[in-house]
Amino acid sequence: MRLVIGKGSCGIAAGADKVSDAALEYISSRSLNIEVGVTGCIGMCYLEPIVDIFKDNGEKTTYVKVTPEAVKEIIDCETAGVACEKYLIPAEDKSRLESQTRIALRNCGIINPDDINDYIARGGYKAIEKCVKELKPEQVIDIIKVSGLAGRGGAGFPTWFKWNAARSAQGVKKYTICNADEGDPGAFMDRAVIEGDPNSVIEGMLIAAYAMGSDEGIVYVRAEYPLAIVRLTNAINQAKEKGFLGKNIFGSDFSFDIRIKAGAGAFVCGEETALIASLEGERGMPRLKPPFPAQKGYWQKPSNINNVETYANVAWIIANGGEKFAAMGTPNSKGTKVFALTGKIKNGGLVEIPMGAKIRDVIYGVGGGIKEDKKFKAVQMGGPSGGCIPAELIDTLIDYKTLAATGAIMGSGGMVVMDETTCMVDMARFFLDFTCKESCGKCIHCRVGTKRMLEILTRITEGNGKDGDIELLEDLANQIKSSALCGLGQTAPNPVLTTIKYFRNEYEDHIYNHKCTAHQCQALVTYSVEADKCKGCTLCAKNCPADAISGSVKEPHIIDPAKCIKCGKCRTVCRFGAVKVD
Amino acid sequence: MSEICKCAMAEAEVLKKDGIDTDLLEPTLKEYSAVKGSLITILQHAQDIYGYLPVELLNYIALRTGIKAAKVLGVATFYAQFRLEPIGKYLIMVCQGTACHVNGSEAVQQALEEELGIRDGQTTSDGLFSIKSVACLGCCSLSPVMMINGEAYGTLTPDKARGIIADIRAKEAQNK
Repeated sequence: MRLVIGKGSCGIAAGADKVSDAALEYISSRSLNIEVGVTGCIGMCYLEPIVDIFKDNGEKTTYVKVTPEAVKEIIDCETAGVACEKYLIPAEDKSRLESQTRIALRNCGIINPDDINDYIARGGYKAIEKCVKELKPEQVIDIIKVSGLAGRGGAGFPTWFKWNAARSAQGVKKYTICNADEGDPGAFMDRAVIEGDPNSVIEGMLIAAYAMGSDEGIVYVRAEYPLAIVRLTNAINQAKEKGFLGKNIFGSDFSFDIRIKAGAGAFVCGEETALIASLEGERGMPRLKPPFPAQKGYWQKPSNINNVETYANVAWIIANGGEKFAAMGTPNSKGTKVFALTGKIKNGGLVEIPMGAKIRDVIYGVGGGIKEDKKFKAVQMGGPSGGCIPAELIDTLIDYKTLAATGAIMGSGGMVVMDETTCMVDMARFFLDFTCKESCGKCIHCRVGTKRMLEILTRITEGNGKDGDIELLEDLANQIKSSALCGLGQTAPNPVLTTIKYFRNEYEDHIYNHKCTAHQCQALVTYSVEADKCKGCTLCAKNCPADAISGSVKEPHIIDPAKCIKCGKCRTVCRFGAVKVD
Repeated sequence: MSEICKCAMAEAEVLKKDGIDTDLLEPTLKEYSAVKGSLITILQHAQDIYGYLPVELLNYIALRTGIKAAKVLGVATFYAQFRLEPIGKYLIMVCQGTACHVNGSEAVQQALEEELGIRDGQTTSDGLFSIKSVACLGCCSLSPVMMINGEAYGTLTPDKARGIIADIRAKEAQNK
């Protein structure tokens, strides 16, 4: 029997290490014959820690929300030959997992990321072998072209085109670069892929390098992902030992090696020219294109930069054919896409679905709906560069063009769900605060403009909004969009523009009526006690940090608005729902 | 040490008084100072060794690598990872990513700042705690999240965060 524990960063944060320690101790104390293994993230973060039991006949049973105590019970049950009902994965969660189409995540949560043999056993490194032995580089590029694979980092640029440009570029030395600087707050697809299946990224890079005629690869990983760096380093070393990396791969004259470069924390480095500057040890500031990296990139040599998820798809496409990949999706968006589903959603985690699904299918299907069954308000797609898609557009297809038409973007795959208690003005302020901090400072409109926009948004949320602020925001937004050099600046105003487009009434409520309908902006809410509901239990008065509540026992209490600091403590502690917020 | 210039030696002396032994950085300098484009890697190693990057150390790195001091400082201040001030024994990273924000991370951070009497980026006078807000720790489904010295704490509320600080304080008091 084998016991496998999901140890992605999220699993570990939920306590997977403690579960694993408890299991090992219990097994050795009872001298049981159970092997303990590790796997990456299966994507169901809301059920972590997750434990799989494999019987000797290969039969798998999945247990969820496993604690150190629970794992002992599970071991007892399983060794006695019965399933431990209490912790079994609920049937609807199992079917949610099975309803997905997993290509980039094909091995995540299934194989041991620290053992290259697991990857090989599932057909790993067969695709690069096929390329080297049977296909010319041009044929490889053709297969990718047929597949319709587009960059999964956000821009959605055709992958074959980039490869072909780098292949056609003059020069002997060419670089294959993997962008793993996943900086969008609320997105963790790339981290999960590297932590769960690092070899799929290595193989994707190998195939790209073969197609372009490159002999050196670099993975630029975010420093905030220490576990990803460890697993990738391990995988690279094992691939070298097996001869998949190094000189004369599969006995051919194709040689390729990969090294890792840890980023140092700058969102703008996800932009390819900024990434190159950072690789060269400089401040990560973008430069004008052209020349494109495919012509002059790292150290002025032709360089191809793709995102982690893009590379993770490549080996599957070579193995299964471009047509099979292109059969999924819509006419302009092929294949599948991984999304990180978070926010006010019941089942947060990673999902991979074919392009062309509806947003509704993701939120109410795989995602299980809104937390506490509240009302769905909007979904933010594409992080700080994307936009908010409102509830009335919930049937929008997930497809590059359709999403762009709403003002949002596909982005790298972050999907942050918001309910009726999320204030859209505050959300716009939140994103501007992020882009303002992350602006590299090169272009004046981005450097100063985002700062001014943030000031305006802040004053609106503080109740000091002025007539004309909305128009001023729109004006500044359009100026930044048209005069910033890179993607960060050009897209930074998107969250503001989309929230104004779809939730203009909320902006107007803040400015003209001094009201925040979501009750999020402290300066714009008032607390009061509903006399008929108040039982006079005095709990609110006892808990008020500002002594703003008065009243006698068994008599309705009163909040003094002059003293109230609007912390909301009274509302949290009231057991009768008597504290009203307006 | 024959190849080290006098200015660098003088800087090393100054650093020694602050308890920073530049010899520890020697293996890194040996490996990377001649490899172009390695400044960020050198700074990362230095921060791993000393916990932070005092300006004198940046000067020392500049002298040893031949990179202009202004550029070293420019790179060190551009990236969020680098700190020019020492940090407390417990580094509290409060996630302010989108998912955490939607689920109430601002209130958590406010509670921590009140509890410790410091603002974002500062360290308590006893040298025990530092607070730093970060963009995303990648544990979105456990939001709001904070990470203290590498260990993640999820589904926080202001009270729960205060409790965690109280536990650490109690542990520290016991060790004294």
